[in-house]
Amino acid sequence: MLSKVAERVYWTARYLERVESTARIVSIYDKLLFDLPRDVNLTWFNLVIINDLESDYLSRYTVQDERNVVKFLLGDDTNPSSIVSSLHHLRENVRTTRDVVLEETWELVNELNMYVHENIQHGINRSKRHEFLEFIIKGCQQILGLLYGNMPHDSAWDFLRLGRNLERADMTTRNLDAGIAAIIELEGDESAINSRQIIWGTVLRSLNADQSYRRNTRSAVRGELVVEYLLKNMESPRALAHCLDALCDTSEKLPGSKSLLTHLNKIQLKVSKYNVEENLNGEFRNYLNDLQIKLASVHRLIAETWFPHV
Amino acid sequence: MTISWTDYSSTGFYDELLTDSGNPRKSSRKLLNYIKTLNDGDVASRKHAAELTIKEMGVTFTVYTEEGNIDRAWPFDIVPRIIDKKQWDKTAEGLKQRLQALNMFIDDLYHDQKIIKDGIIPEFILKQSKNYRKECEGVSPPFGVWAHICGTDLVRDKDGEFYVLEDNLRVPSGVSYMLENRSIMKRIFPEVFEKMDVAPVGDYPARLFDTLRALSPRKIKKPVIVLLTPGIFNSAYFEHAFLAQQMGAELVEGSDLVVQDDDRVYMKTINGLERVDVIYRRIDDLFLDPEVFRKDSVLGVKGLMRAWKSGNVALANVPGAGVADDKVVYAYVPEVIKYYLDQDPIINNVETFLCHDEVQQKHVLQNLDKLVVKPANESGGYGMLIGPHSTKKERDEFTRLIKANPRNYIAQPTLALSTAPTLVGKNTLEPRHLDLRPFVLQSKDSYVTTGGLTRVAMRKGSLVVNSSQGGGSKDTWIVDTDGESK
Repeated sequence: MLSKVAERVYWTARYLERVESTARIVSIYDKLLFDLPRDVNLTWFNLVIINDLESDYLSRYTVQDERNVVKFLLGDDTNPSSIVSSLHHLRENVRTTRDVVLEETWELVNELNMYVHENIQHGINRSKRHEFLEFIIKGCQQILGLLYGNMPHDSAWDFLRLGRNLERADMTTRNLDAGIAAIIELEGDESAINSRQIIWGTVLRSLNADQSYRRNTRSAVRGELVVEYLLKNMESPRALAHCLDALCDTSEKLPGSKSLLTHLNKIQLKVSKYNVEENLNGEFRNYLNDLQIKLASVHRLIAETWFPHV
Repeated sequence: MTISWTDYSSTGFYDELLTDSGNPRKSSRKLLNYIKTLNDGDVASRKHAAELTIKEMGVTFTVYTEEGNIDRAWPFDIVPRIIDKKQWDKTAEGLKQRLQALNMFIDDLYHDQKIIKDGIIPEFILKQSKNYRKECEGVSPPFGVWAHICGTDLVRDKDGEFYVLEDNLRVPSGVSYMLENRSIMKRIFPEVFEKMDVAPVGDYPARLFDTLRALSPRKIKKPVIVLLTPGIFNSAYFEHAFLAQQMGAELVEGSDLVVQDDDRVYMKTINGLERVDVIYRRIDDLFLDPEVFRKDSVLGVKGLMRAWKSGNVALANVPGAGVADDKVVYAYVPEVIKYYLDQDPIINNVETFLCHDEVQQKHVLQNLDKLVVKPANESGGYGMLIGPHSTKKERDEFTRLIKANPRNYIAQPTLALSTAPTLVGKNTLEPRHLDLRPFVLQSKDSYVTTGGLTRVAMRKGSLVVNSSQGGGSKDTWIVDTDGESK
């Protein structure tokens, strides 16, 4: 397989995940704010912060309200991580790898792209936002389902899997970070006394892990259990340990992956050894931040190993 | 029936679907009967379905504009163009004959040049040809074939006969649109295909693959075949990706390939370097190898010609094949066929005047307002003078150009291009002019597409069918009417 094609396939998977997780997080945040007491002051701007997009945002918008944030995350083509931008990159990558991904992928991506462009206003206005985001999420799942059910497990498959799991690992740390940030933000807010449970429930839902969490832990939603689950569970497809395991498994099949595997094993250890404390605080944020830096190195190693630009 | 035929008249032209008296031709009767059963709503919904399908299938072509490159949806007319199988079979034979002779001609030009020594073609034509590549002299590609993939433009004149308008032997494009047009039609008019005996077109990618595989220098089970594209900014990128996918070949850019000291071509893979056997190149000759041709080319591969000359890699088409699609050489093709094959051409050329001949030049200059003047080495419909639509100023300019460089110009009578009913507005069918580009393959075996790409001039009265200049397209049906009652 051509290095360049491998690289594009890898990014195809990452952007596909990014579209879905962005749609999911906006849709869940919407509901979260309904559930919290009216006078609790949680801002939409958190969504910008967890994606490390503050400077991009602030260079374009002054007001940090719902409308601007949602517009920025969904429809702003100058935001490199917005849904329209991610879809654009997704489509370009599929367009240039049509010889290795399944034929129907191209059509499904076109359909999704057309839908988003024609209905973007529905996403920005509140009344039809749910429907709009649902369609996007389903569109992504359709593509993923197509690949899962039909794609031969060749090298292209391996690179899709690498991209998907790395993007998911990254997103999970960001969602956890969003959770802890919200908790810290509401500390001392009297009316937010019951909000912790709501916030952690939201984190679980935005990773589509609430049902499996309940079945697995047989426990109510509690911060330290949620964190433990999302960090260390091996079965839940977006839990960090699961993603890391899949990354190792896939890398082993590909040539020349030794240094990448060593690095991945170190992160695995860092996750499995981590002692989740009952009182989650700023220290946990530092830990997550450190994980994110290590995940960025995973990308760097993947690129160095298989996508050399000579 | 609510489609309006009342004003349909294509007087003076051959219409593909209707006879002069306005009745359906035998091959189009079933289709036209079917069209009659459609009401306004049906037509609108089918047309909409076609547009949507094109968008979903992502069938686009790129237009270069001042604001940058724009991907436009492929323009498509839902009424197909029909050719009777008997006539097509004969035409296909003619296309094979022509390409066979052209390949013998090219091979001769790069070796002994017998045809020049025998006085059939004047030497200066070769000497001044822009597409003759001295670097290729003496090389003998497999099967003596230089042009493996040829797109031949055919037109039908008033008499209903096909004529060759030009041969495209360099990097002809359009075949993916032929294939996509058929997919679109099957989706929006499935019931028509049940009723009619329409020949399938889908085996082209497999035939192309076989044609390329036969060229592999390594006689191994799975030679590595790649399609070399200039990249996503090329107007035919859609086709490059499409064909690579359909053939199961690798789609590569110049930067993915490297020629090593062993004069072999390798591609950069996740496993390291892997040897390449056959390159279907969609890059023009001059950009292929900065070592030999244009030094500033970033699209090509350094050392590619070295590897090709050593016989370590096959190139399709071979650089220098374009020497035979020069429009002056075109005028000699009937003689070329006779010279190498000792046969009469099955398909004729359009009458052509050569400006380097004094008598013919005089005729051309006196009749500029009636003729079409073309430069010898342009494609895409650029740099032409269409006499009947020209201004005095343009004619003066061409008089100057022809006199300055007579060998670079040919002239042809304005053709009465055939027409076919084309959907205009909501429900009106009007005649529009069209041509046909079949694709011909040759290496170990020969193959001709079933029909080809029909291009339509969408503007009333226009003869310009190029998609870059407002042309559209139609699905092309080869229909077998044998065994049907008269």
